[in-house]
Amino acid sequence: MLDLSFFDWDVISRFVAKGFWFSVQLTAIAMVGGVFFGTLLAMMRLSGRKWLELPAATYVNGMRSIPLVMVILWFYLLIPFAIGRPIGAELSAIITFTAFEAAYYSEIMRAGIQSIPRGQVWAGQALGLNYWQTMGSVVLPQAFRNMLPVLLTQTIILFQDTSLVYAIGAYDLLKGFESAGRNYGRPIEAYLLAAVVYFVICFGLSYVVKRLQARLAVPGKL
Amino acid sequence: MAMIEMKGVSKWYGSFQVLADCTTSVDKGEVVVVCGPSGSGKSTLIKCVNALEPFQKGDVIVDGISVGDPKTDLPKLRSRVGMVFQHFELFPHMSVSDNLALAQVKVLGRSKDEATARGMKYLERVGLTAHAQKYPGQLSGGQQQRVAIARALSMDPIAMLFDEPTSALDPEMINEVLDVMVQLAEEGMTMMVVTHEMGFARKVAHRVIFMDRGEIVEDAKKDDFFGKPRSERAVQFLSKILHH
Repeated sequence: MLDLSFFDWDVISRFVAKGFWFSVQLTAIAMVGGVFFGTLLAMMRLSGRKWLELPAATYVNGMRSIPLVMVILWFYLLIPFAIGRPIGAELSAIITFTAFEAAYYSEIMRAGIQSIPRGQVWAGQALGLNYWQTMGSVVLPQAFRNMLPVLLTQTIILFQDTSLVYAIGAYDLLKGFESAGRNYGRPIEAYLLAAVVYFVICFGLSYVVKRLQARLAVPGKL
Repeated sequence: MAMIEMKGVSKWYGSFQVLADCTTSVDKGEVVVVCGPSGSGKSTLIKCVNALEPFQKGDVIVDGISVGDPKTDLPKLRSRVGMVFQHFELFPHMSVSDNLALAQVKVLGRSKDEATARGMKYLERVGLTAHAQKYPGQLSGGQQQRVAIARALSMDPIAMLFDEPTSALDPEMINEVLDVMVQLAEEGMTMMVVTHEMGFARKVAHRVIFMDRGEIVEDAKKDDFFGKPRSERAVQFLSKILHH
């Protein structure tokens, strides 16, 4: 029989909270960093200059063709050889996730940028805005709005994927539940609770996405 | 004195030539209408004036500055030439007021308050002060185009380019935009206007340029163009758009 009675505030604060906090941090950093670098990669690919396009395309296609768990493992295992000392599972995970997500966000941003009609760029340029001003004031704000649902959906996937850091032993949400379960001899219950927590968070977030979409809609535009 | 001078401008898309050796000029205070069948290169030609379309041969001189010179500060040159597009191209994510202020602040370095005040002045000119806080999507096409004209004017341009400003409008809205343009012309603004509105051309144009297949076929004083067009192609074009 399932016995969930072991699960109380004490367990949450001793095992789960720390893992939850790391998962949230990892998601937030990888999202912000991933969107930032992803946008740069997208701009490189759309720059019309071969020497910028090629490295960006190679990076994005390369990253998207390798399973995330392998990138996590390889980065963690290889970095001590590269810099002579280990950097720890948590930091390693943060760097890996940011670099990996940048590839996915860049494809989303690329589609977003391309969805803005050429006339908008012309209008910005005709007013005397330079490339960065046109991007920053005209193209990207509209692209972000168009892409917001997809960007946030990618972030929900990212939150789920953070559980893959088990491969390098980082202490995340899943690991928190796992430790609690092991300590109390209740692994099945702990994994079940973990699943419920992931479900509630991800389902809640997708609801937030829907609401946000309605809030951010530009007046007069469908 | 020529405000805009085009000297042998040629442009190719791959092996297809869209502009062939186009030479003309627009004097200060002059209104020049560019017409011709669709695909004749009118829009491409007018976009060469502020280098929105690059060209491979020839040059355009705007107020003494070469557009083709790679050393030219293009954003600066463009900021001095106003442009109005067929599809308005207001920024849909900004209020009308912010549409007017954006480039004044970012390019001319005006304060937000000053830019907004100036924007309001031009918004009043086009009769739309009541709509300052609305978004472009909440306005009709004619209103949007008038905002676009106000946006260009608020940069204090030395010349205005109009690329088919009424082609995307419902018929009942064409006149409200043309009225603003006529008023501008009568105030002595230097204007280059791609349009099929021959009524506008008759009323305020000084010269008419007729283009076909990337060439400037006729470049004549308004009365000469409408009275006795020299080329067969211009005659055909005029008979098509004037008689129906």
